[in-house]
Amino acid sequence: MRDFNCSATFCLGRCSMLKLRVIPTLLWKQLGLVKGVGFDSWRRVGSVLPAVKVYNTREVDELILLDISATSESRAPDYESIEEFSAECFVPLTVGGGIGDIEHIQRLLQVGADKISINTAALENPSFVREASHHFGSQCIVVAIDARRLSDGRYECYSHCGTKPAGRSAIEWAQEVEFLGAGEILLTSIERDGTMEGYDIELIRGISEAVQIPVIASGGAGNYHHFYEAVANGGANAVAAASMFHFTQQTPLEAKQFLKAKGLPIRHGHSLRYS
Amino acid sequence: MMMKTIIINYGMGNLNSVRRALQECGASVLISKNANDLDNADRIVLPGVGAFSEGMKNLHAGNWPDAIRLSVRNPNVALLGICLGMQLLAERGYENGETEGLGFIPGEVKRMSIAGKNERLPHVGWNEINLLRAGPLLAGIDNQTDFYFVHSYQLNPRQKDDVIAETPYCGNFASVVQRGNIFGTQFHPEKSSHAGFQLLRNFLSRSLLDA
Repeated sequence: MRDFNCSATFCLGRCSMLKLRVIPTLLWKQLGLVKGVGFDSWRRVGSVLPAVKVYNTREVDELILLDISATSESRAPDYESIEEFSAECFVPLTVGGGIGDIEHIQRLLQVGADKISINTAALENPSFVREASHHFGSQCIVVAIDARRLSDGRYECYSHCGTKPAGRSAIEWAQEVEFLGAGEILLTSIERDGTMEGYDIELIRGISEAVQIPVIASGGAGNYHHFYEAVANGGANAVAAASMFHFTQQTPLEAKQFLKAKGLPIRHGHSLRYS
Repeated sequence: MMMKTIIINYGMGNLNSVRRALQECGASVLISKNANDLDNADRIVLPGVGAFSEGMKNLHAGNWPDAIRLSVRNPNVALLGICLGMQLLAERGYENGETEGLGFIPGEVKRMSIAGKNERLPHVGWNEINLLRAGPLLAGIDNQTDFYFVHSYQLNPRQKDDVIAETPYCGNFASVVQRGNIFGTQFHPEKSSHAGFQLLRNFLSRSLLDA
């Protein structure tokens, strides 16, 4: 485990002086905000727009908005809705779901997305990652890797919202997408998703040691200490969570105060006054 | 009274995000492709995502440079360049060849060069600003507040007085500049949450140019 008592130690780490990010993930289908367990048993937890507005008041560092039914319904992103959501989002917004070609990305950026998250289309056609990062710059291309642990301890990638095994090792795929120009990896453990039992630290460590680009830990966060573990033990540059913000009283703001007290480099926002 | 604010639409960047943020901060906003609209503006915003040479080419194609120069002769009008928009305030840039800029801020725009072994380009994410001197644009904003950056080039002002704040990455680069009624931020205030709103409210404030 690395020593993070001094934030300067972190600054010498993978990501220079940039701040650790706490990111709520919003999953939506048919205009409803949903959350599942293990990429299954989806339940409706509200509407997207009010959630975006609330998170904006809470000084989140970024928002991830994933349309989880677009790919399985073989449809393009819902640009109108995304434009409505992005109009209320005054932090960087990452949008995913149903993105299959360059025109989809172009339009999403036009309606207010700052970054684009790709999973299935990248697995089906890896050169799409190269094409997309070449067109729009690596900084706006996020590759989402949904991984499931195999009995031998290796991790396999899944496409189509966790339903289709892709027959690829998660670590090798992460290295490949970095080579192809991805700017960031959104790494989700399918088994831990929605459990609130903690991230799969071994998965996060495996990927973050294998690539230089930032890794966003996702799947399993249930409390602030889980965030700390993903960074301190897993080497993540950002932590994403959905259930713990939907179903518990814990907030991104408190999470950041907790991580700040642990010595991690947290964004100094305008309305936040840390002791 | 609301500040009449024009966002220059020269085909470069996230105009809607900038508009929404300005509206939230109380401005009356017009996104315009017509340089004549500047006649009625109290505040002018030059946003921008993209390359310096293409940015200048598009500004010239819309007859913007002379119209902007004329508008900012009025001491009650203020101009804010954001990201590429700030870089275009310089005399020249070197992205995709040497290109003459708007020339409001003496200095040049060059590619950043990695100084620390863990630095990477583009510089993307939340990073802090270190205040070098007081400026009305940063009123009420603490030293070391974080803002959201996405860029690979930096503006190097020739006159230190033009630099209001620096950010420690690739050495130190100018992250906020001001010369009279011309302002620029290398970061995106429209994506920088409350701190970004504070900055935009300062820009829209009637007392911005009182000093």
